[in-house]
Amino acid sequence: MTSSLTLRAAVVSVALFVAFMLAWHVATRGTSAVQQMDPEYAKLMGLTATQGKSAMPGPLDVGAKLWEHLRQPFYDKGPNDKGVGIQLAYSIARVALGYMLAVLVAIPIGFLIGMSPLMSKALDPFIQILKPISPLAWMPLALYTIKDSSMSAIFVIFICSLWPMMINTVFGVASVRREWLNVAKTLEVGTIRRAFTIILPAAAPTILTGMRISIGIAWLVIVAAEMLVGGTGIGYFVWNEWNNLSITNVINAILLIGVVGMVLDLILARLTRLVTFPE
Amino acid sequence: MTHKFISIEGIAKRFPKAGGGFTTVFEDLWLPMQRGDFTCIIGHSGCGKTTVLNILAGLDAPSSGAVIVDNQAIEGPSLDRAVIFQTHALLPWRTVMGNVAYAVSSKWRKWKTQRVRERAQKFIDLVGLNGAESKRPAELSGGMKQRVGIARALSIEPKIMLMDEPFSALDALTRGTLQDEVRRICLETGQTVFMITHDVDEAIYLADRILLMTNGPHAVLAEVVENPLPKDRVRAEVHKHPLYYPVRNHIIDFLVSRSKSFATDMRGKHDPRNVPVVRPGLAEPAVREATVITPSWPGLSRPSTSSPR
Ligand SMILES: Nc1ncnc2c1ncn2[C@@H]1O[C@H](COP(=O)(O)OP(=O)(O)O)[C@@H](O)[C@H]1O
Ligand SMILES: [Mg+2]
Repeated sequence: MTSSLTLRAAVVSVALFVAFMLAWHVATRGTSAVQQMDPEYAKLMGLTATQGKSAMPGPLDVGAKLWEHLRQPFYDKGPNDKGVGIQLAYSIARVALGYMLAVLVAIPIGFLIGMSPLMSKALDPFIQILKPISPLAWMPLALYTIKDSSMSAIFVIFICSLWPMMINTVFGVASVRREWLNVAKTLEVGTIRRAFTIILPAAAPTILTGMRISIGIAWLVIVAAEMLVGGTGIGYFVWNEWNNLSITNVINAILLIGVVGMVLDLILARLTRLVTFPE
Repeated sequence: MTHKFISIEGIAKRFPKAGGGFTTVFEDLWLPMQRGDFTCIIGHSGCGKTTVLNILAGLDAPSSGAVIVDNQAIEGPSLDRAVIFQTHALLPWRTVMGNVAYAVSSKWRKWKTQRVRERAQKFIDLVGLNGAESKRPAELSGGMKQRVGIARALSIEPKIMLMDEPFSALDALTRGTLQDEVRRICLETGQTVFMITHDVDEAIYLADRILLMTNGPHAVLAEVVENPLPKDRVRAEVHKHPLYYPVRNHIIDFLVSRSKSFATDMRGKHDPRNVPVVRPGLAEPAVREATVITPSWPGLSRPSTSSPR
């Protein structure tokens, strides 16, 4: 029953994909009549005007370009022409760094807040105000204080990853079942051992859920941040290719951003499953 | 007077009420317990049984009064007092072995893993769970989970076992088997046990003394029923004992009617420090013994003025 459902779903997925590709192909096929115009002007306008070709690339153009990128992802021909693999690597490295910093800060602090009802209540208003701030709003402040564009991007990732993790850690730690804490109490387990043997495993699924939300947000934000700070990264690549009017490359970058985001999410989902216990 | 191992001395528990003021769950509760005693407490829901047990465990502090164990006032939880929780409270991320080993390694912190596991294994075997060591609690039936709870409690060699309705969530068959095992283990090891139950037959089968508590709020310990059945009773024979039904009827009478009316019936006549000890069926009217409790601390010796309301 379930396998047949999976099978049917796969068939529908493939059909939708093919239909979309066909529609895309038909929509971007050259149709409009070739216009007569000044040859100088035609040169400026490019193929769009001279051959009636749509400015929007078709799936075949995108596919060909993608193949080109995948065959040679790591070439480096100066600041404005690097392989897409290099750009992605820059973005992933920034996300990893900012995210790891956020893990190191959010989880211990969240732990302490969660274990103390007083601190939970006292710090709640600050977290509630800081949480809804768009991470990009921090960018000018970061650029002003850090004075380094790459570090500023990392800081923005740090800030946006921080809140979901911290909030989930606080919540997870604060809502550890009373009966498990009572078990530790009756066994005279000390604070440190209790934190690691009872609270951490009990709160781990909630913490990991926060980490999964964070990595998603971080990957959303890195593209925008790199568009702002420029230099390297997949966000910069998208902006640069837009300036080059290479819609094909923009589409390719969009695809790759989606794939990397999915992989990051899958990794965190796998980790979450590892620490989740059945009840 | 025999040495009292546990002495509950005038404890009270009050909770703040929503609109201000306090609700008194119970107050002026006095009770001595001997080493090796199996005591059951019976009373309607909400009368404060769990609260008493939590105070004995050190998980909760009385609003006034004190509990003395082995000449020392309880200040908090202790490895000497093991608790078997109603909801078994197993750690779901640990296996059966992991749960028992956690208790063992909490008691003997310097032990090597091997030694901890050996001891845990011994108690897993004792409750008949060998073969299930590497299972997680989620994979166990209710009865098996409660067995793990019992193994965990026994493994730390407690001086006292505190059980909060340990069998109430189990089916009748499993409950019977576990009762037999707990009884055997407690007799063999001479455990001192304090157990909450709702089940009159369970109380009669297991307990040496059955405490009857009136309805809350302002619950009082109304009577101590001394179990007249022989200590070497067997499950299949208990209900044939001539004194079985007198005891059973006495307790049920109490639960059905007297637990409600006790406060009005006994107004001013009930002395919480001198709770009547009853042996139903042995002598009529019920025998009363003077067991006036002398407080262990001078500070606690206040006149018992409070009368049940
Ligand atoms: N934390 C609390 N705050 C207020 N009232 C409580 C609290 N815990 C228990 N109570 C009250 O104390 C009474 C006794 O509870 P409990 O000891 O659990 O009863 P039992 O175990 O006999 O069913 C109940 O009426 C309950 O409502
Ligand atoms: Mg209860």
